[in-house]
Amino acid sequence: METDKLLDIYTRILRIRRFEEEVGKLFAQGQLPGFVHLYIGEEAVGAGVCAALRDDDYIVSTHRGHGHVLAKGGDMNRMMAELFGKRDGYCKGKGGSMHIADFSIGMLGACGIVGGGIPVAVGAALSAKTRGADQVAVTFFGDGAANEGSFHESLNLASALKLPVIFVCENNQYGEFTPATSAMNIKDIALRAQGYGIPGVIVDGTDAIAMYDAAQEAVARARRGEGPTLIEAKTHRRGGHAEGEDAFLAGQQYLLPEERDAMRRNDPLLKLHDYIVERKLVALETLEMLDQEIGQAVADAVAFARASEEPDETILFADRWA
Amino acid sequence: MPRKTYIAAIQAALAEELRHDPSVILIGEDVRIGVFAGTRGLHAEFGDARIIDTPISELGVAGAGIGAAATGLRPVVDLMFGTFLYLAFDQIANQAAAMRYMFGGQTKVPVTFMVQNGGGIGAGPHHSQAVHPFFMHLPLIKVVMPSTPYDVKGLLKAAIRDDNPVIFLNHLSLGGQRGDVPDDEYLIPLGKADIKRAGRDVTIVCAGLMVHHALKAATKLAAQGIEAEVIDLRTLKPWDEETVLASVARTGRCVVVDESYPVCGGASEWAACISEKAWDHLTAPVQRVSSAHVPIPFSPVLEKMVIPQPANIVAAVHRVVAQPEPERI
Ligand SMILES: Cc1ncc(C[n+]2csc(CCOP(=O)(O)OP(=O)(O)O)c2C)c(N)n1
Ligand SMILES: [Mg+2]
Repeated sequence: METDKLLDIYTRILRIRRFEEEVGKLFAQGQLPGFVHLYIGEEAVGAGVCAALRDDDYIVSTHRGHGHVLAKGGDMNRMMAELFGKRDGYCKGKGGSMHIADFSIGMLGACGIVGGGIPVAVGAALSAKTRGADQVAVTFFGDGAANEGSFHESLNLASALKLPVIFVCENNQYGEFTPATSAMNIKDIALRAQGYGIPGVIVDGTDAIAMYDAAQEAVARARRGEGPTLIEAKTHRRGGHAEGEDAFLAGQQYLLPEERDAMRRNDPLLKLHDYIVERKLVALETLEMLDQEIGQAVADAVAFARASEEPDETILFADRWA
Repeated sequence: MPRKTYIAAIQAALAEELRHDPSVILIGEDVRIGVFAGTRGLHAEFGDARIIDTPISELGVAGAGIGAAATGLRPVVDLMFGTFLYLAFDQIANQAAAMRYMFGGQTKVPVTFMVQNGGGIGAGPHHSQAVHPFFMHLPLIKVVMPSTPYDVKGLLKAAIRDDNPVIFLNHLSLGGQRGDVPDDEYLIPLGKADIKRAGRDVTIVCAGLMVHHALKAATKLAAQGIEAEVIDLRTLKPWDEETVLASVARTGRCVVVDESYPVCGGASEWAACISEKAWDHLTAPVQRVSSAHVPIPFSPVLEKMVIPQPANIVAAVHRVVAQPEPERI
């Protein structure tokens, strides 16, 4: 892989990591309303996949969506302002963490309904195909979402119509506090692709390069008009399901000890960092400088969000009828 | 009498019914851990066979609850948020709400769907709608919306024992409310309202979280010399017309408050019925207070503008009380 591309993917991952760390802190300090689900530990999936997309390609996201927005090139200021519920946020404060969208970069929205975004991506792909555009649509969703009816209907529909969709299942092995192993009797969700007559690929979701390669292949296939692919990214959520969950779990444990170890060993950021450094592809100082720049951008985003005003009644009643 | 939270009262009701009747099962996503704590601790006592964690598959789980109910069980299906009922809607509308009737009375469907309904916690558009009018609209389904720890226990037990499908709507904002909850067994009959505050000047009809907003409004109104009667419907369908109409006959004025939308919302139904049946007693048109007709926005500032607040109820009462008495000839 070219070093530029590698650095591009690394930058996407780092932007997500630093942004999410800050969001975690802000939430812990009680500064953010609502629910927040962090993408820490899963960055390589969004970053690797989005690095294989064009700017005019589409993505549809989930409740754990901050990383997808950033991976597609989203603006930190407007994201942070949205998390604060402020009027300069992406959705003017009306969407919040689970509903960030940026249509200008093909980011068609996060989604509070598990599995709710999958059919929307199929629709975006149908739109592209009908218009004769060679855009593709990616839908990210969890292992838990793979048990929703929308998953089944969408894969079959996209397969039957040969639509340019890439179904990216982020298998972090839990849906809330239920392990995937007790929610399904297969280990690999990719197996399900067979039932729809489409390729199903298993990828190490903590390996950004592998994610990029798998996405490239699926994207190329979709652009050639050969239809959808299901990519299963095996990954880990390093935090919990939602920020602040310790308070309501009240001491109840659900993480398996071996899971904690696997997570520590498989940090997608450290993995890519080490890969780059060991091969001396980019100078360490360059990486450190990048980290500083991103840190500053995150701090700026928080300042931007704080300075933004609360939305008002005009905003409340705007955006109803087209 | 022991003091309990609303959540603890839910736990108590579920535990009592699971003990009382071996055909009761609890099924849903993360019911062992108990995301909202209402189902927490039950697994330890009742085990895997009766406390069943499911995949995230609302349509399938709801349908399984219905099928199990039609064949001898009495399932409680926990679907977490009211808006997740939308995913299960087909099974509820086309099966639960029809089976007994369309199969000529061959079966009954004693299933209870339990969710957190409504907003106010900054959870955003996909988690905050009050969905009950969809289910009020359907035939053969009961809809229950408790407002206090005492009520939630008695109503949930009654809902589980009821031989019909019941949508049981808790409210996240009420989870921490404390109140007197007897440890002894008691049931609150479905379809029976409760006068939470007596008053002679105006009748406020409401349920769930709105009861608390109405009581706050009533306190403010009392300071202005207006005595409001606050009727907690408890059950939205079938609802207690008798209690409401009797109250309106006394007060001559009525404000109906509901967290759902103004178009075909809960308040629409009650207001229409009261206007129809209490016309001769009314000295002012019935006023509705509902949520603004938009998706529930994330921003807490906006959300507060959308969902009825005590001040909106006070304003509505002023509208009916300002009406002059009609001249009697
Ligand atoms: C339809 C629906 N059901 C349930 C929920 C509650 N919920 C939110 S996130 C979540 C777990 C989703 O698991 P998964 O799809 O694996 O995504 P992950 O959180 O692991 O990224 C659940 C059950 C929801 N938001 N929407
Ligand atoms: Mg998961």
